[in-house]
Amino acid sequence: MHASYMETLREAMSMVSGYIYPNELELQWSVLIVLYPYITGLVAGAFILASLERVFNVTAVKPTYRLSLLMALAFLLIAPLPLQVHLGQPQRAFEIFMTPNTSSAMAMFGFVYVWYLMAVLLVEIWLDYRREIVAWSKSEPFWPKRLFYKLLTFGVDNVSPRSLAIDDKVGRALTVIGLPSAVLLHGYVGFIFGSIKANPWWSTPLMPVIFLFSAMASGIAGVLLVYMFLCWARDEHIEMPCIDTVAKFFLTALIVAFTLEMLETLQTAYEAEEHFDIISLLVEGKLYFSMIFVQMFMGSLIPMFLLGLCQLFELPEKVRKVFYSASAILSLIGILAMRWNVVVGGQFFSKSLRGFTTYKMELAGREGLVSALVLGFMPLVVLALLLYLLPPWGESAHRRKEPA
Amino acid sequence: MNRRHFLRTAALAVAAFAGRAVAAPLAAAEKFFKEPPWRRKKPYWGYAVDVAKCIGCGRCVDACKTENDVPREPFYFRTWVERYVLRRTGEVSVDSPNGGLDGYPAPREPESIAQSFFVPKLCGHCENSPCEQVCPVGASFKTVDGVVLVDRKYCIGCRYCIQACPYGCRYFHPELQVADKCTLCYHRITKGLQPACVENCPTGARMFGDLSDPESALTKFRETERIQTLKPHMGTEPKLVYKGLHKEVR
Repeated sequence: MHASYMETLREAMSMVSGYIYPNELELQWSVLIVLYPYITGLVAGAFILASLERVFNVTAVKPTYRLSLLMALAFLLIAPLPLQVHLGQPQRAFEIFMTPNTSSAMAMFGFVYVWYLMAVLLVEIWLDYRREIVAWSKSEPFWPKRLFYKLLTFGVDNVSPRSLAIDDKVGRALTVIGLPSAVLLHGYVGFIFGSIKANPWWSTPLMPVIFLFSAMASGIAGVLLVYMFLCWARDEHIEMPCIDTVAKFFLTALIVAFTLEMLETLQTAYEAEEHFDIISLLVEGKLYFSMIFVQMFMGSLIPMFLLGLCQLFELPEKVRKVFYSASAILSLIGILAMRWNVVVGGQFFSKSLRGFTTYKMELAGREGLVSALVLGFMPLVVLALLLYLLPPWGESAHRRKEPA
Repeated sequence: MNRRHFLRTAALAVAAFAGRAVAAPLAAAEKFFKEPPWRRKKPYWGYAVDVAKCIGCGRCVDACKTENDVPREPFYFRTWVERYVLRRTGEVSVDSPNGGLDGYPAPREPESIAQSFFVPKLCGHCENSPCEQVCPVGASFKTVDGVVLVDRKYCIGCRYCIQACPYGCRYFHPELQVADKCTLCYHRITKGLQPACVENCPTGARMFGDLSDPESALTKFRETERIQTLKPHMGTEPKLVYKGLHKEVR
């Protein structure tokens, strides 16, 4: 492994253009670190969509409420894995909790993550499902599953209307706390990059905001797509008012994210500081396909155009469904490309601003393509398991009164 | 809450804010005008490079790799030497083949060269070191005598510090799987010796010394020469200074 890695680096040496500091040949943050903000973004986006219904009473999106929460949980459970796999000394990862360096943005990850997972998401899902969990713990015929539900009740099987009303109240309060927590979680991921002054491609105060809005777009796109897929797979009717409303929020998030990215680009070009030449070369060269074509054209402009058409004209249901799913798929690819362009793109050019290194992704190996694919699909496996254990359909509308 | 109670609370709050309004600028000013740490701590190590004296022999790079068991592959360095070639056309080319360890190929079209020089590079042991700032577990730290080090037994290998260093001075050790960098040969300087690179420099281009000692050669050098640091706009305050740095050097 070691010898073959050295061989890869030696090969990469022949692909360096211009001058780079000698230590810069090796790209430090690989494809796994591309996955990390992508997965976290899906968490934040899905949760923000869920909170639309809970906090802002957008009742039309109710059919996606529980699905959004489960998606957020599935992706959140996997989010730290790419980081963990990437560490040189994974067995010491826990030191981030034990002896955090308070001046390090990264050290805060553990706390933001644990807060969001333990204090917000798990409690909210539990409260929302409590009534069913109690029912399943009594009626489930398959005993291991019944035991699982029994454990999940934590010994509380009071489902009186008063107790459910308290659940609802606490749940709503939690979502109100959860919303800034979700924003914090992903804004923080942007800060990890935005606060690195050594790298002009990353160092911008807009980075957390751009990450946040693209996260919202990706999370909403993810939920939209999974919802439509599940309806199709279960041979159920797709609630058109629901996906029409979700699509509106999707379009809004896309427009804000795209506008912020453009503002950032314009500002960089207009100020044209010392690093501008190398950044233009980067965008027009190594990142042309992944940034201009995939991220901007395919991942932003086409979805905005398609979703815009649905807003402007009264298109038939079938066409809207096709447009929505196409936009969701395209922007999910586009946002993955955006993460790639930030993480890997930012490491292509030398901090001497005089040249470029290259990235040769391994196929196997700890940080190879296979590893990335496995980690990338793992949240979907977890989601399938969660859907099996906590089916979001059926009684989902039981607990709350319709607002007047 | 009656009116008297309310007024008393409000007056206390205003007094607290007023007190802070006086104290905060004073504290900020004190921080701004503070003396460099080497006025307070002894010893406090610093480093200087006289660019004009470097001949690009690469002995420092070799000495560093040998002394500190730095991997021999050409992409891991604690110190390296860059060659700058500035042509009359305005073209600037920089190279550092194998960190300058094996010498440099003869430049093409020597008649078109306006000037050429070598610049040794190493960690600046910055006062405001971004690597130390971003390390999530505090494995990167500054010693009481001003040297930025990595605790190999504590580093988790996240590589955030490598990203944060504006000067490219850190690398990821392929065997140890932790971040690695120049220690100013801490094992030597704490015994009264010079760092290996300084000891092996045949021209005296590299200088090491105690900034807290007003009589040290380094202090005299800093007092009498026009010195510069790399990328001063980063605000990192490196303790590595250069004499005769060209504007093209980054």
